[in-house]
Amino acid sequence: MIHFVVLISRQGKVRLTKWYSPYSQKERAKVIRELSGMILTRGPKLCNFVEWRGYKVVYKRYASLYFCMCIDQDDNELEILEIIHHYVEILDRYFGSVCELDLIFNFHKAYYILDEILIAGELQESSKKTVARLVAAQDSLVEAAKEQASSISNMIAQATK
Amino acid sequence: MAGPSLMDSLFQRSLDDIIKGLRLTPPGTESTFIGKSLNEIRREIKSTDPATKATALQKLTYLHSLHGADMSWAAFHSVELSSSAAHSHKRIAFLSASLSFNPNTTEVILLLTHQLRKDLSSSNIHDVSLALSTLSSICNPDLARDLTPEVFTLLSSCKVFVRKKAIATVLRIFEQYPDAVRVCFKRIVENLENVDMGVLSTVVGLFCELTEKEPRSYLPLAPEFYKILVDCRNNWVLIKVLKIFAKLVPLEPRLGKRVVEPISEHLGRTGAKSLAFECVRTIVTSLSEYDNAVKLAVGKILELLLDDDPNLKYLGLQALAIVAQKNIWAVLENKELVVKALSDVDVNIKLEALRLVMSMVSEDNVMEICRILISQALKSDPEFCNEILGFILLTCARNFYEVIFYFDWYVTFLGEMARIPHCQKGEEIENQLVDIGLRVKDARPQLVHVARDLVIDPALFGNPFMHRVLAAAAWISGEYIELSRNPFEVMEALLQPRTSLLSPFVRAVYIQSAFKVLTFCLSSYLKLTGDNASYPSPLTDSVPKTNNEGSLDTVACQSLSETELDNQNMVVTDGQTPFASLGTSHLTEESIVALVNLVETNLGPLAGSSEVEVQERASNVLGLIKLIKPKLHDCLDQSEGDKMKVEPNASEMVQVIFDAFSEDLGPVSLNAQERVPIPDGLVLKENLGDLEEVCGDMKLPLSTSFSLVKPHMVDATSIPEWQSKEESEPSNESTSLLAEHRKRHGLYYLSSENKGMISNDYPAAHDPKDKAVDETEDLVKLTGESLIIKRKPNHVKPRPVVVKLDDGEGVNVALKAAEVKADLISGAVQEVLFGNEATTSSRRKSSKKSSKQREVDELNVPVPESKNSTMETDKSGVGFGGSGRRKHHSHGKERKHRNSGKDKEHDKKDKQKSNHGDGKHKSQQRADGDLAVQSPVIPDFLL
Repeated sequence: MIHFVVLISRQGKVRLTKWYSPYSQKERAKVIRELSGMILTRGPKLCNFVEWRGYKVVYKRYASLYFCMCIDQDDNELEILEIIHHYVEILDRYFGSVCELDLIFNFHKAYYILDEILIAGELQESSKKTVARLVAAQDSLVEAAKEQASSISNMIAQATK
Repeated sequence: MAGPSLMDSLFQRSLDDIIKGLRLTPPGTESTFIGKSLNEIRREIKSTDPATKATALQKLTYLHSLHGADMSWAAFHSVELSSSAAHSHKRIAFLSASLSFNPNTTEVILLLTHQLRKDLSSSNIHDVSLALSTLSSICNPDLARDLTPEVFTLLSSCKVFVRKKAIATVLRIFEQYPDAVRVCFKRIVENLENVDMGVLSTVVGLFCELTEKEPRSYLPLAPEFYKILVDCRNNWVLIKVLKIFAKLVPLEPRLGKRVVEPISEHLGRTGAKSLAFECVRTIVTSLSEYDNAVKLAVGKILELLLDDDPNLKYLGLQALAIVAQKNIWAVLENKELVVKALSDVDVNIKLEALRLVMSMVSEDNVMEICRILISQALKSDPEFCNEILGFILLTCARNFYEVIFYFDWYVTFLGEMARIPHCQKGEEIENQLVDIGLRVKDARPQLVHVARDLVIDPALFGNPFMHRVLAAAAWISGEYIELSRNPFEVMEALLQPRTSLLSPFVRAVYIQSAFKVLTFCLSSYLKLTGDNASYPSPLTDSVPKTNNEGSLDTVACQSLSETELDNQNMVVTDGQTPFASLGTSHLTEESIVALVNLVETNLGPLAGSSEVEVQERASNVLGLIKLIKPKLHDCLDQSEGDKMKVEPNASEMVQVIFDAFSEDLGPVSLNAQERVPIPDGLVLKENLGDLEEVCGDMKLPLSTSFSLVKPHMVDATSIPEWQSKEESEPSNESTSLLAEHRKRHGLYYLSSENKGMISNDYPAAHDPKDKAVDETEDLVKLTGESLIIKRKPNHVKPRPVVVKLDDGEGVNVALKAAEVKADLISGAVQEVLFGNEATTSSRRKSSKKSSKQREVDELNVPVPESKNSTMETDKSGVGFGGSGRRKHHSHGKERKHRNSGKDKEHDKKDKQKSNHGDGKHKSQQRADGDLAVQSPVIPDFLL
C-alpha cells in the first residue's frame, strides 16, 4: 500500500502531503527533510526509485515538481509510476495544463482530487473521466453554497456601510 | 486577545492572501509571518459565522500541511464545522480532520462519531464519500466499532462510487476492530464477483493487503482469485491478483500447477511493463520450480536489463537478485550485464549490481571477485567505494569466513584494503584482523607480516580512519611477536614519534604491545644467556624459519644511543650501540640494553601523560624496566661466572610475565557469561534495579569479535566525516616524514620485491595494472572467465582450521521461538470462511487455555470425518483453521445447540456494545444465517 504522498518543488518547498499511515508531526517533518535531501539531489536520467528505511520511494519529476509516493518493499514500482502519472493527467485536465502555481493556490483542490484517486493508500478509481466528473459535481455543490454565503455577507457589508 | 467581531469577518484575509503574503515575505522571515497569521486564525476560528470559521480553518490546514504548523489545538473546531449543512464547509472541516487528526492521540475524534454516522447514511453521495475518506484516515478502534454497521450497509450500496470507497475503508476498520470481519467479510467476498472494474479493483486491493499479513486464511478463496486471474483483462486488478497468488502458492503446492499456465500467458501477452514485471516477480518468487516459466521470466529480465530505461534496468537487477536465491545459473548467464551495471551512473543501480555480484561469491571465485571489485572501488567515488568495501568485508566474513580458503591471501588483502585512500571501514577491518588472529592459527605468520607492514609505515598515521586498523596491527604485532622476524624493528615502529597522532586508546594498545615485545626479547635473551650458549640462539630457534631469511642477512647493523634525547617523543636512533638484527645474529647484551633504553626514553615522558590509559600502560612498562635495568647492568659489569647468581630473580620474573603473555587468547562467545552457573547464595539482582535506568540504553555490541578500542571514545577523537581537505595536508607531511624515515632506516624497510616472494602463488589483492583498466568492456572481459564457477581447484594444502565455539555463537541473536501471535483479523476471517460463528472474540481474548480446553471437548463429539480433505496443507496451521474446519463439517443441529448454549454470552456481548444499536446485532445475525447456508458450499478449488 502507499504510505504517503508528498509533492516537493525543486527548491525543496512542500506542495502537498498526504499520509496514509500514522506519522506524528515531528516524524512528518523529518521524513520530508530526508526525502528531499535524497531525491532532489538525484540527476535527471537516473531511475525513479530510492530505498528508504526499508521502504521504497517512487518519485517522478514533472516540470518543477517532484511527485513522491512511499510504498512497501514488494509493491509494484511501475504501477505506482502509473498512478503518479494518472494523478498528474487528472490535475492537468482539471486545471487546464497544470502548473505549480495552480497547486499552490488550490492546494485543497489537489487534495480533493487525490482523495478521489486514492483511498486508504489504495488506488480507487482508474478512470480519468469518472474522477473529473466527481470533482466537478463536488465543485458545483460548493459553488451553490458559496453563492448563498456571499449574498449574505454582501447584505451585511451593505448594512454596515 | 479580542474576541471575534464583525470586523474580523469582514476584513478576514482569505487563503489567497495568506499564500500571496507568504510568497512575498523575504526568505528567513516566513516563521514570523506564519506566527502572525496563526494569531489571526486563532481569533477568527472562534467566530460564530461558519464562513469565517471555515476560511480560518482552511488557512490553518494550509499552514499545517505545507508549513508544518501545529493545529492540534484546533481539533475541536474541525469537529464543530463538520456539522455544517453546507457541503463546502463540511469539506473543509473533514479535510482538516483527515490531515491533522492523529487516531491515537486526538481526543476529540470521538465527538466526530455522531457526525460521521449521520453523513455515512446521508442521501448525498458526496457527503458519504467525504465521511468515508475521513474515516479511512483517522480510524481508531472506537470509531471502527461504532461505525461498522453503517459501513456494512454501504458495502452493498447500489452506487458503485460509494461502494468501492466503503470496501477500501473496511481495511482500516478490520485493522482497528477485527470483530468487524464477522459482520462484513461475506459481503466483501460477494464483491469479488462484481463486474464493475472499480469495485473489483478495490476488493482485490483489499485482499492483497490482507493476504500480505496472513496468507493462510485466504486459501479457500483461491477459486475466486483464479477466476479473476483468467478472465480479467484489467492490469490494475491483475497486478494485485498476482500479488495474492505470490503469497498463496508457497502454502499450497497444487495451486502452483494451476496458476503457472495463466501467469506465463499474461507474461507473453501483455505489453504493459508493470504487469509483465509483476508476472516475472511472481514467477521468480513463488513458482521457481517451474523451469519453463522461470526461463520465460529470465528472458524477460534480460530484456529489462538491456533496456535504456534506468527504471527497468533497476527492476531487472532486483528480479535477478530474487532468481539468484534458487537459480544461480540465471545470474551467471547475465553476468556481463551485471558487471557492466557496476559502473552505471546511477548509485541505486550500482548498489543492486553489487548485491548481485556478492550473491555469486563462492569459495572458488572469491579472489577474482574481490579483485574486480577492488579495482572498481579504486575508481569510484568515496561513498560507493566504501559501499563496495563494506560488502566485501561482510561477504568474506560471513559464517566464519566460510568462503575464504587462503587466509594468507585474505589477510594480505585486508591490509591492502585498509590502504585504499577512501577506505573508511577501519573498524570492520580491525575486527576481522583480530578475529582471524584469534581463530585461525595458520594465518598468524602472514598476519604478523601484514601487521608489521602497517605498523612500520609512518604515512598511515595521517588518516584517522586508519587508526583502528593500526590498533589491530599493533595488537597483532605484540600478541604474536614470537612469529616476527625482527622484534627490534617492530619495537621501533611501535614507539615511532608519529604515534602521538593516535588517539589515546589506540596509543595504549601500542604501548601494551611494546610491553609484550620487550618481555619477549628479555625472556629470549635470558634464556639464551641462561643456557650459556651462544649458538644457536634460542630466539632464532623459536622463530619459524621463513623463506626470506636471506634478505635479512644483508641487513646491516644499526647503531643506537641512549643519551641523545631532547624531545619527549623523539626516538633516538643514531648512535653507536650496535643493534643486532635478530634473524641472523644472536642477542647480545648491547642490543638488549639498547632496546631497554629505547623503550625507557620513549615511554618515560608518557608516564606523565594526562590520558589515564596511556599513563598507566607506560608506567607498567617503566616499572618493569626499573626492575630489570640494574640487573642488566650488573650482568654487563660482572664476569661470566657471577651472572648466574644475580639473575634468577629478574629472569624468573620476566619468565612469569612472558608466560602470562604467551598464553593463547581465543575467541569468546557472547553467550559464555550466561553459561556460568550462578553459585548458591549469590544474589545478583538485589539493589541493582536502579542501575537499569542508567544502563538501559547501553547495548552489547552485536559482533562476536571484540574491539581493542572503546568505540564511543574513538568517535570523540577521530574525525567523524571524510574531509579530504584536512586529510591531504597531514598526508603530505607524512610522506615527507616517511621519506626521511626511509632514508635513515632504509634497512628496516623490506625491499618491495619481497612482497612478491612472500605472497608466492596468490594473486595480489589488487594489481596495480588493474588501475589502468578503466573501460567497462575490459572489466567485463576480465570477469569473463573469472566468474565462471570452476571445478574446485586442486587445493595443495587443506583449508586452515577456523576456530568456532561449540554453541554456534553466530546464532546468538536467538531465533526466539516465533511467537505464534494469533492474528485477530485472520482468526476472524477463518471463522467466517469456515462458518464458525460460535467462537466469539471475547472467548479468544479471555484465555487461550480455556478455548483450547473447549476445542478438546468438541473433539469428543463424534464428528463425521471430512470426506474431502479440503485443506490438507492446512494441517500445519491447525492453530488457526483446525477447529474451525471441524466445526464446519459438524452438523448444523449441533451448531444450533451450541449456539443456544452460548446465548447468554451473546447477550452479554451485545449489551457491552449497546451503542451499536440493533443494526449491528441484526446484521450479525443475518450474516450468521447466511453463512449457515453458505458455508458448506465454499467451492473447493484445490481438488
